[in-house]
Amino acid sequence: MTTPEFADEVVTKALVQYVEVPGLDGEIALITLDNGHDHTRPSTFGPGGLASLDAALDAVEARTPAVRAIAVTGKPFIFAVGADLSGVPVLQNRDQALELGRTGHRVFRRLSDASVPTFAFVNGAVMGGGLEVALHARYRTLSAGAAAIAFPECFLGLVPGWGGTQLLPNLIGADKAITVILENALNQNKMLKAKQAYELGIADALFEPADFLERSLEWAAGVLRGDIAVNRPEIDRGQAWDDAIDRGRAFLDAKLHGAAPAPYRALELIALARDADLTTGTAAEDEALADLVMSDELRAGLYSFDLVQKRAKRPVGVPDKSLARPVTKVGVVGAGLMAGQLALLFAQRLEVPVVLTDLDQGRLDKGIAYAHAEIDKLAGRRRLSPDRANRLKALITGSPTKDAFADADFVIEAVFEDLKVKQQVLAEVEAVVSETCVLATNTSSLSITDMASRLAHPERVVGFHFFNPVAVLPLLEIVRADRTDDATLATAFAVGKKLKKSCVLVKDRPAFVVNRILTRFMGAVTSAVDEGTDFEVADRSVEPLGLPMSPFVLLQLVGPAVAHHVSETLHEAFPDRFSVSENLARLVAARKTAIFTWDSGTQQVDPEVAALFQQGDTPLTGEQVRDRALEAIAQEVRLMLDEGVVAEAQDIDLCMLLGAGWPFHLGGITPYLDRTGVSERVTGRRFLPAGVASLPA
Amino acid sequence: MAASTRDVVFVDGVRTPFGKAGPKGMYAGTRADDLVVRVIRELIRRHPELPPERIDEVALAATTQIGDQGLTLGRVAGLLAGLPKSVPGYSIDRMCAGAMTAVTSVAGGIAMGALDVAIAGGVEHMGRHPMGEGVDPNPRIISEKIVDPSALVMGQTAENIHDRYPHLTKERCDLFALGSQQKYAKALADGKIGQDLVPMATRSAEKGWGLASADEPPRPETTIEGLRGLKTPFRPQGRVTAGNAAGLNDGATGCIMAAEDTARELGLPVAMRMVGYSFAGVEPEVMGIGPVPATEKALKRAGLTIDDIGLFELNEAFAVQVLALLDHYGIDDDDPRVNPWGGAIAIGHPLASSGVRLMTQLAHHFAERPEVRYGITSMCIGIGQGGTVIWENPHYTGSDAK
Repeated sequence: MTTPEFADEVVTKALVQYVEVPGLDGEIALITLDNGHDHTRPSTFGPGGLASLDAALDAVEARTPAVRAIAVTGKPFIFAVGADLSGVPVLQNRDQALELGRTGHRVFRRLSDASVPTFAFVNGAVMGGGLEVALHARYRTLSAGAAAIAFPECFLGLVPGWGGTQLLPNLIGADKAITVILENALNQNKMLKAKQAYELGIADALFEPADFLERSLEWAAGVLRGDIAVNRPEIDRGQAWDDAIDRGRAFLDAKLHGAAPAPYRALELIALARDADLTTGTAAEDEALADLVMSDELRAGLYSFDLVQKRAKRPVGVPDKSLARPVTKVGVVGAGLMAGQLALLFAQRLEVPVVLTDLDQGRLDKGIAYAHAEIDKLAGRRRLSPDRANRLKALITGSPTKDAFADADFVIEAVFEDLKVKQQVLAEVEAVVSETCVLATNTSSLSITDMASRLAHPERVVGFHFFNPVAVLPLLEIVRADRTDDATLATAFAVGKKLKKSCVLVKDRPAFVVNRILTRFMGAVTSAVDEGTDFEVADRSVEPLGLPMSPFVLLQLVGPAVAHHVSETLHEAFPDRFSVSENLARLVAARKTAIFTWDSGTQQVDPEVAALFQQGDTPLTGEQVRDRALEAIAQEVRLMLDEGVVAEAQDIDLCMLLGAGWPFHLGGITPYLDRTGVSERVTGRRFLPAGVASLPA
Repeated sequence: MAASTRDVVFVDGVRTPFGKAGPKGMYAGTRADDLVVRVIRELIRRHPELPPERIDEVALAATTQIGDQGLTLGRVAGLLAGLPKSVPGYSIDRMCAGAMTAVTSVAGGIAMGALDVAIAGGVEHMGRHPMGEGVDPNPRIISEKIVDPSALVMGQTAENIHDRYPHLTKERCDLFALGSQQKYAKALADGKIGQDLVPMATRSAEKGWGLASADEPPRPETTIEGLRGLKTPFRPQGRVTAGNAAGLNDGATGCIMAAEDTARELGLPVAMRMVGYSFAGVEPEVMGIGPVPATEKALKRAGLTIDDIGLFELNEAFAVQVLALLDHYGIDDDDPRVNPWGGAIAIGHPLASSGVRLMTQLAHHFAERPEVRYGITSMCIGIGQGGTVIWENPHYTGSDAK
């Protein structure tokens, strides 16, 4: 059995030079991993890359006289960033997947089994299989400038299965390995900085980037001569190892409730690494890799990764960017919390004057004060220099009248969610600004077409729907109203890109994408409670999805009042599918902000909330609630696609990944609905063909 | 307040190994600024007793100040090397004598009390920046016959010296060149050369990273027969060949210069004490004789004569121009005081960097030869100049020692 070639593999070549280091007799074989592209296309390992490294090691071993040592480094700024995942769809069966794992192990193992000492000079970004190459070497140096150090496998739906789960815990201890392999990966794929990695014990020496390779070779010569002793702390293989595994399991259960298989497999492998020899451990990795490569969760994970990496950066259906107009001044109508957040974001990213207006001087002062205080906070944490803080503060000003917008190119309103109020605000703005000034609205559910209908230039109005907190959540739904023209849309996308948001083009349909799906989903859960289902049962019903938070915790985050308002809007538009919960209305009227309370130390239904709720007497099981919720989502997504809210199911998934934080292993949502059969049961067909975000048919 | 005059000392110098310019050279894929940054970092590492914030200036030379040799290299290289942002820097161009001029410039600043410690050096990556890249000679140079057109081609200026001094024959030049190769080979074998070198990572997209730890240009296999048979690219039946001239090279040098009182304060070693220096102009079409008037002038100003000079580090741009100086002073072609470890004909001549190589080597000779009190470093300069720096040996043990 051999691994099939990856047709599009950008092969990382292992280039060998034999170098003489002053003060050391003999040669060091210096292997450079280089895929022939610059740092924007990092080196990865597919079958071709593994074969090249294998051949390089053959050549090195055949060298006479024998080399003193073998060292591996990378092209500028990049060591290597792991397996070539673009080839995964090529793997059609488990045997092929198994073989790819074994090939990687066999080749990398040559570095740990070599007859001479081996070194990894980690000069730059190192992830996954790249880090595993380094871990197979006997010694490691690390550049203080290395940008990204991580095992992202569990984030995608794999395990670090080319030795990572065995070598890392045996190098730095199980607890730290769990931090790197599980916690960091599942915490939005957090990367280590070089200094952190060094302090964790991943590298034996840390050198500045300016002369990293020279210093590394000099250091290696010192080690080879015996002048430099490499001391590593003893690893605790006793209770500490078990404690670490327990901690890892608790972390996973809290985060995933068993929803994704890969991190649990990684945990098992780390547990195994305590006593297993490397051969046994890597054989177990092979099996785990083969199982996971042939899992729908991984295929959905790779699909999600691709959406986030590519589709998010090249939105579909957007007018040519050459149509975009320059934006040299921004106006923000309103001075509430949202307006303050928007002002800060625009000032930071566009670096143009941002003027807030509010009729109420008190509110205006508060809005400006909020933005300035946030800038001070960033400066206090040294995230901004004092000069930059001064610059940003000077950019954000306030005005009690809209005259200050006269020379603005882009005005966004963030006033109360009321159509009439917004219509009036836009008309007032239009009276002041130029004919081409873009008017954006941050509405979360109102019709933008209606909002623009009374303007002289409705073609300049566009929806700009951010997610709270604005500085953190990466999604921006850009809404094309019926009359929005291409120049306006192109300008909106150009601004969105400068704001570093992932922009998705959506049609002017009620609540757009994320809020419409979440509201439908929440509606199903809430109505189950209304009908008599226990709060906890309903709330925990969707745990098997591994969502970032449970429905009622989400309700608390969004705020019952906002959720209620959106559900009313959607009810008005689609009365047959979106109900308005009387219980939710009572919650809002009573100014309750949460279902649960944690005052006692554990989660409990707030007794006041329980008292407010008037429940029926037909409770559902958790499974029934979950089925209802998923069926509701499937129906809604199909209708949204039929209405043309977005171009494709991929956009729905992208929105759910970035706007709701729904997990990679669900693929957003449609891959999960497809693979669980919900799509076909509810709508008669799948959202995506088999193989796109799932195993091939 | 009158400006004070302080003694200026050469503390230490290093260089990268020199490479052959061109696509096959070892630095073909390595940036010029990276070469000189490496040199600065090595100087700092070799001298932990020097707090980097005490460096008052970084003066770096390059002849072709564009691309990776541009952008006020002295400033940018300091930043790239990790020197404190408070340390200033500037760039210098006096063609081949760039690094020498960097040294004399900071020496002037030190002498008058404007600086205490400085880094001076140079870099030339003639592979990335061939001589004459981007030049735009003023048409008046031709129309008013300000400079003979041959003055812009260094090999032709060397042929012109042969015309002027017919007794400096091709055979003498070839023998001198052979001696340069042989002296270098012996110095290398004796472990002399390596002490100045800082190994340099070499980048190649095709071959991967390597490490330059030795000079690339030397040809220890050189024979007199081989030299006699080489082509004369500048003239038919000419005398200047690739064998009796320095090649086209890549490399960087650097040194620490200090006021002697500051050196003592910080515990910096004193390798050489600067006695004086001069630059002088000559007809551009015989630029190679520039060292003669420069040396005359420097000696006169220092109150010394050529007989006081016990060691010579002369840049071998062309054998004939070295012989012109030796001939002027009646020094034998193979005088052992001259270029004891060989010169640029063997080692290479990355234009603006070479001056500090001469000084670094003279410093080593001084340490080995306490009986010698004075030495000179001298070099010819394109467009008709010469430069000479006179140094005193701090290790001198003669009866008239300070």
